[in-house]
Amino acid sequence: MSATAMTAMQLGLQSCEGCGLLSRPASGENEGRCPRCDEELTFRKPASFQRTWAYLIGAAICYIPANLLPVLTTTTAAGAESDTILQGVVLLWSPTGWPLSLIVLIASIMIPSAKILALVYLLITAQRGSVENNEQRVRLYRTIEFIGRWSMVDVFVDTFTAALIQLQPLMSVEPGPGLLFFAAVVVLTMLAVESFDPRLIWDSASTKEVSHA
Amino acid sequence: MDEIAVYNQPVADPALIACLHCDLLQRLPDLAPGASARCPRCNKELWRRREDSLNRTLALTLGAAMLYLVANSVPMLGLTIVGRDASTTVIGGAQHLWENGDQIVAILVLFTAVIAPALQIGLMLAIVLGARREHPPRWVGMLLRHHPTSRIWSMIEVMMVGVLVALVKIADYATVIPGLALFCLGALIFILAGMQAAFDPREVWERIRWAEEGARRSAADDRGVAGETS
Repeated sequence: MSATAMTAMQLGLQSCEGCGLLSRPASGENEGRCPRCDEELTFRKPASFQRTWAYLIGAAICYIPANLLPVLTTTTAAGAESDTILQGVVLLWSPTGWPLSLIVLIASIMIPSAKILALVYLLITAQRGSVENNEQRVRLYRTIEFIGRWSMVDVFVDTFTAALIQLQPLMSVEPGPGLLFFAAVVVLTMLAVESFDPRLIWDSASTKEVSHA
Repeated sequence: MDEIAVYNQPVADPALIACLHCDLLQRLPDLAPGASARCPRCNKELWRRREDSLNRTLALTLGAAMLYLVANSVPMLGLTIVGRDASTTVIGGAQHLWENGDQIVAILVLFTAVIAPALQIGLMLAIVLGARREHPPRWVGMLLRHHPTSRIWSMIEVMMVGVLVALVKIADYATVIPGLALFCLGALIFILAGMQAAFDPREVWERIRWAEEGARRSAADDRGVAGETS
């Protein structure tokens, strides 16, 4: 590599998120289409900060009822009992069942909260123009992009538990109101990750390098 | 085409690209099959060249399609408790949620466990079949552009872990009978991973008919040599 690292944006070039082609917008135009795959091109994902914040705030709001409201209601002859996500983790905890309990704990409680905190950190540092720890920050972004889908585990657990245990009047299981909010947290954080443009992490580093050159 | 599309001008050197994670401008080296190139600044994998990509992807996609069909037509889980039986399919899980007032979550389950995997497999099949032609038509590019979305929302492996947790939970009260679909889904996870790993999108993009060329062509002559438009 040469000593001067140049970004496509500094040279007025746009790369296509659909097919990867590098192209130059017509003079005087900011937005054109990719000549190869017809995707609409922009230098950065449009309104990335605003959209990511919006999804993230929505996710943070849903996170509260998702953890406070029951996700599963079990009705037996002895009466009805409702469990939140955390109570479900505790119920699963046993000498033989602890690995599964741990999976649910990590997927349903630790991943969603870690994801929200990580995105807040990425947004704030990128918006303040931080030039430190860029490699770690982009690695953090790739990590939450990769593990985010695993939060859906609990939605599937509750869905199939409820679908199977329909043995009225002995025992029946129904999903609770918390499930909707929990699913919303998962979807909104995934959309937030998709809206965030990791190139924003590097933009202030690139302008600094140029001004010092 | 209703509106006049403004197309960008491609750079002269097709190996010149910018990293999609840090925008660093760089030239992709010519890779041997199996080798990969990473961004020197942010370490993102830019391209991994695959050996015999289209044939291998086609074989794995066909396998995935067959497993998918079986997995969605036979029971996945059953249980017996004091002489009573119950069983459910993948779609049955979503259907139960729908009937019990949780329509939004039902749609999400149906989408991530049934529809998105179907799109992931179906689109890939169309892409590979189209790309095997001498001049891949433009719709291959359109499908290829949207394929990553179906991949993000296709969550068979996540569902599998969820089902296993549910299975262990239920095993406390009842005898659980794993259905044929469960084993098909288990195999499908690996076939889908193999399908994605065998596929080399760059190879397809390099051979595809360009959007701009198509727009120019349809504007210029509407009479003759079309044939492979859709």
